[in-house]
Amino acid sequence: MAADDYTLIGRPIPARVDGAGKVTGLTRYADDLFPARLLYGKLLRSPYPHARILRIDTCKAAALPGVKAVITGADLPRPFSIMPVNQDEHALAIDKVRYVGEPVAAVAAVDEETAEAALHLIEVAYEPLPPVMSIEEALAQPDNRIHTYNRVGNVHRVVALEFGDVEAGFAEADYIREDTFFFQGNTHLPMEQHAAVAHCTPDGQITLWSATQTPHYVHRALAAVLDIPPSRIRVIATPVGGGFGGKSDPFAHEFCAVKLSMLTGRPVKICLTREEVFYAHRGRHPVLMWIRTGVKRNGAITAMHFKSFIDGGAYSSYGVATTYYTGALQTVTYRVPNYRFEGLRVFTNKPPCGPKRGHGTPQPRYALEVHLDKIAEDLGLDPVQIRRPHLAKPFSMTVNHLRITSCALDECLDAVVKRSEFLQKHRRLPFGKGVGLACSAYLSGAGLPIYWNEMPHSGVTLQLDRSGSVCVFCGAVDIGQGSDSVLAFTVAEELGIDPRDVRLVTADTGITPVDLGSYSSRVTFMAGNAAIVAARQLRERLFAAVAEHWGIPARHLRAAQGRIFAVTDPSRSMPFAEAVQRAEAKFGTLSASGSYTPPPLAGKYKGHGVGPSPAYSYTAAVAQVDVDPDTGWVTVEKVWIAHDIGKALNPYLVEGQIEGSVYMALGEVLMEEQVFRRGVHKFPSMLEYKSPTFLEMPEVETILIESLDPEGPYGAKEAGQGPLLPVIPAVANAVYDAIGVRLDEIPITPEKVLKGLELRAKGQVARLGPRGIPAFAFPPPRCVEVPEEWLVHLPDAKTRRP
Amino acid sequence: MKTVVRLRVNGDEVEVWVPVHKTLLEVLREDLQLTGTKHGCELGECGTCTVLLDGQPVLSCLVLPIEVQGQEIVTIEGVAAGSELHALQAAFAELGAAQCGYCTPGMILTALALLRTNPAPTRQEVKEALAGNLCRCTGYLKILDAVARAAASLKDGSSYGG
Amino acid sequence: MLRLPPFTYLQPRTLGEAVRLLAEQPPGEAMAVAGGTDLYPNMKRRQFEPKYLVGLRRLPELRFLHGDARQGLTIGAGMTLTEVSTHPQVRQGYPALATAAGLVSTPQLRNMGTIGGNLCLDTRCNYYNQTYWWRQAIGFCLKKDGDTCWVAPGSRRCWAVASSDTAPVLLALQAQVTLLGPQGERTLPLAALYRDDGIAYLNKGHAEILTRITVPPAEGLRMAYVKLRRRGAFDFPVLGVAVALRLADDGTCTEARLALGAVASAPLLATEAAALLQGNRLTPEVIEAAAAAAFRPARPLDNTDLTLAYRKKMVRVHVARTLYQLAGLAAPAAL
Repeated sequence: MAADDYTLIGRPIPARVDGAGKVTGLTRYADDLFPARLLYGKLLRSPYPHARILRIDTCKAAALPGVKAVITGADLPRPFSIMPVNQDEHALAIDKVRYVGEPVAAVAAVDEETAEAALHLIEVAYEPLPPVMSIEEALAQPDNRIHTYNRVGNVHRVVALEFGDVEAGFAEADYIREDTFFFQGNTHLPMEQHAAVAHCTPDGQITLWSATQTPHYVHRALAAVLDIPPSRIRVIATPVGGGFGGKSDPFAHEFCAVKLSMLTGRPVKICLTREEVFYAHRGRHPVLMWIRTGVKRNGAITAMHFKSFIDGGAYSSYGVATTYYTGALQTVTYRVPNYRFEGLRVFTNKPPCGPKRGHGTPQPRYALEVHLDKIAEDLGLDPVQIRRPHLAKPFSMTVNHLRITSCALDECLDAVVKRSEFLQKHRRLPFGKGVGLACSAYLSGAGLPIYWNEMPHSGVTLQLDRSGSVCVFCGAVDIGQGSDSVLAFTVAEELGIDPRDVRLVTADTGITPVDLGSYSSRVTFMAGNAAIVAARQLRERLFAAVAEHWGIPARHLRAAQGRIFAVTDPSRSMPFAEAVQRAEAKFGTLSASGSYTPPPLAGKYKGHGVGPSPAYSYTAAVAQVDVDPDTGWVTVEKVWIAHDIGKALNPYLVEGQIEGSVYMALGEVLMEEQVFRRGVHKFPSMLEYKSPTFLEMPEVETILIESLDPEGPYGAKEAGQGPLLPVIPAVANAVYDAIGVRLDEIPITPEKVLKGLELRAKGQVARLGPRGIPAFAFPPPRCVEVPEEWLVHLPDAKTRRP
Repeated sequence: MKTVVRLRVNGDEVEVWVPVHKTLLEVLREDLQLTGTKHGCELGECGTCTVLLDGQPVLSCLVLPIEVQGQEIVTIEGVAAGSELHALQAAFAELGAAQCGYCTPGMILTALALLRTNPAPTRQEVKEALAGNLCRCTGYLKILDAVARAAASLKDGSSYGG
Repeated sequence: MLRLPPFTYLQPRTLGEAVRLLAEQPPGEAMAVAGGTDLYPNMKRRQFEPKYLVGLRRLPELRFLHGDARQGLTIGAGMTLTEVSTHPQVRQGYPALATAAGLVSTPQLRNMGTIGGNLCLDTRCNYYNQTYWWRQAIGFCLKKDGDTCWVAPGSRRCWAVASSDTAPVLLALQAQVTLLGPQGERTLPLAALYRDDGIAYLNKGHAEILTRITVPPAEGLRMAYVKLRRRGAFDFPVLGVAVALRLADDGTCTEARLALGAVASAPLLATEAAALLQGNRLTPEVIEAAAAAAFRPARPLDNTDLTLAYRKKMVRVHVARTLYQLAGLAAPAAL
């Protein structure tokens, strides 16, 4: 089918099937659920960053009228974590607390005020321990251990990998440059505070409604922590009021709500306060980075060595994956023939970090793209010249064994350079005005699940009704990215019906086939493919029945506009519902399932589980800034962004994802930071955690580039995370273009800019950023040979040379 | 201290028996089942819980019901005319100005108040009017487009204007 | 959800009754509330747990605004910030006041918050504007429940910051405020309402209610208010610069007042800076000298957004810019 034949796909039709519910207030988020006999749960949290728990006395709290249950760590002794390795968290702390805000006890009471009052009656005796609050402190205090299961000090994870021959690569280089960068941590700040409602009914069934991006993983974790067969547990992800990665872990409030409901037999709701959301965190890791690159005079990279020092906070969470991600995607945008990556994640006494939009890749992307900007300047090249000839090629392998399929980064780069008139502006605007450029790539879904298994990553079941309506069952969660709409549009496109005749049942582990969750930008790609498979099976059956009725071959039939047509005889058509009835008469009740499993992409070396994806999206961005030289104030005037989406299933949805990514990037680069003082989060509030408003958001020119990925649904790739990546370095590079000051530290706040301007005025090095990296002896790298063929064979698509 | 409070909500007269310190946000959600009004901080720092009070956007997390007896309260549930969406609602849904949708009720109500006093706002005027409503999903641009589209369709008289 | 602590809500019909209700209770047990935008968040965080709230919101005696730049302006303390900022006489005759009122927080909060409330705004500090639980984790602070000022741990006083936008403008305009208390009414210069102390920041009895603000005639005055903050909405000022000037036909400054917000526990009149302007033409040299003089007494501390060193530097920059603007001069390009 040629692209032009689509009725819904790619068309600017109303963006969302869930729109009407959301604009009328009918959509029910987790905290909107008020089942009968509801109890309110609250968590007591640690006021110490690091302390031993000596005693917890809950007697007075339990005796308070209206309190129905009080629990502590002893009631939920089994550990958990999102990753199978390092199961180091407990729903409620046992023996020790590791950050201010860590839950230590929970109560359920008839109302929230009583629950809150009960928390004040719980007596906890702590023995404070010295807190470890930074990467440097974590490495400097190996004997002040936050955990003991890890091998050394406060080092959670060490990675050292080498691909090709890095020393030889550096020897070949005409020019070598080293830089260090720091990317401060920040948080997701979804508008919806995390909430969950649990109900354990007398038949022994447990249902949890939760604002989660990963109901399947929560399901597994609940079964493990509560020691209950998973078959008795049903997790329903409610529409999520913003996630961005922040609702991808199983959380204390989910376990506690369930446990409290088991103890009381009544539904229990726990909704976090805004302050508590900052403690739940799992946000962007602070990362200190060092990068050394060798290049030829023309900018071709001969070797790259990248080190990341990652502040993980108190628990592992997704941290093992994060560690690898800080080294994985450097090779996916530019050809890097020899590459060494050393990564280190430490524990600190802060809320655990985890995946935030771009998971572990925005920090190194920022470092790499600013580093390239500096190399270009050193070599007398412009930012386009150093990138354009050396971009990754479609249908190639990277040195670290990542398979690239479609790739239109060249078109993306050309588009933003042209539309922004970058070359006419770069180094030519008046002092205080500047433009910056950067490129990036991101996964369309992780190639591997979080726990090892060979089952599909996404499943869709369709059920056809005689009325002509279709019900879609899929485990995918709509967190605002539009996955419900993608499912509806895909099924409607395949069956030739109106999306309004598609009903959706999603994200319910008791009913829907598993989809692994809304993380790693995987849903459109994987659930979309699964939906196509399922819908095509049903269509075949419909066509078989209609073909039999008309006595023509099924291959002559098409489904469109709510009818089945004979292409050979346009006068012949039948309403969709009638076709369903004929098919049901012929085959019995009509349903079909489809699933999607990524092709085998990994396995060559340990650590290769992180990075492979069935397809990479590509992005290029140009930012134009105004810097006030008296105040250091940076105003982003405009962003041009071109994104290789593969195929835009719905342009409004895709643009929305891109604009939202630009917004989140601008918050991170200019003002957002999660910082601590005296062991405590400095400002856990919406007022003081600076999230940009309408007035800070510049106009964005979005350009969609369609490279039609051979494996994506209709050729589509991701759009939810990748577009965040280039915006941060583009702004940093633009600030340099404007005032000649290098901001090698994120966020770029006015005081840092002003300090840089003062250094510049004094004739000193006009740079703000880390002085160096800690002395840490990484183990010898695991050496991995370069892939034999830098060439990709796709089973059903073209084979192309790089 | 519990008290009887008489409120006019979306044109209906309602009477609730509530503690006086319960905010309008809590009463709307917990006593009147009007859960379309969302909350993001309960401290006046995000705009999510916006409702209209005599046509003006205010934050329901910082309003006591006892203080607004007799005033006209409009929540998101009161914006559509029966089953017909208001032009703003239609535009938000069509353009994807609601992504996760959580800030959307507050956004729409604030925009509604704007369009009633300024039927043809400039883009800058819309930004200033909506600056007290945070959104983390959209980057605001589709919201600006939606308000512009709604303003245009209301001007045409082609849409329901509430 | 963060919820309010319980209280009894009293609804007086008149101002006199309101004063009586406040006076009947010991200090701290009854508090007046108008817009609630400052008090209710503080109550939710347990900075205040009054037994009684006395609602001023519906008192018609507080809801008026009359006069103009020629006769002077009288503003009822219960006028909302939206009403003040959009009032034609304010916009025309007192544009800096319209600007300041229109820059407070967000449109929603300006529809709720009153000018009286903004003048009586509790001082702010990021060790103080936190929940009870957070403050407990840090060991509380001098302003509430503790004995240490975390901003200046050796200090015996509280350094919380005066964060009103309208106060600096009204100071520069020489406004007076009228308070009604059990002993009757008294009128005082706005400057006399404030004390440079983060805790006892108002010279106001607990049963006294700020009822109106009187602003002298302002015909021929040039005035401006500039607010520094991270975002264009929500944020309190980390610096407010208010200037009122009169220039003679030959450009000589015959009258000058500068006031700074958010650099101390009270809004500060920069008298030395004003003296340097008075009697002089506003040349770049005079402007820079005045900006330097305004810069010296400003003592921001590390308890708001942005660093204190930065905020102090910005006093000079923004005072100079405001003066250039009012003098009709282009500010010199930096560097």
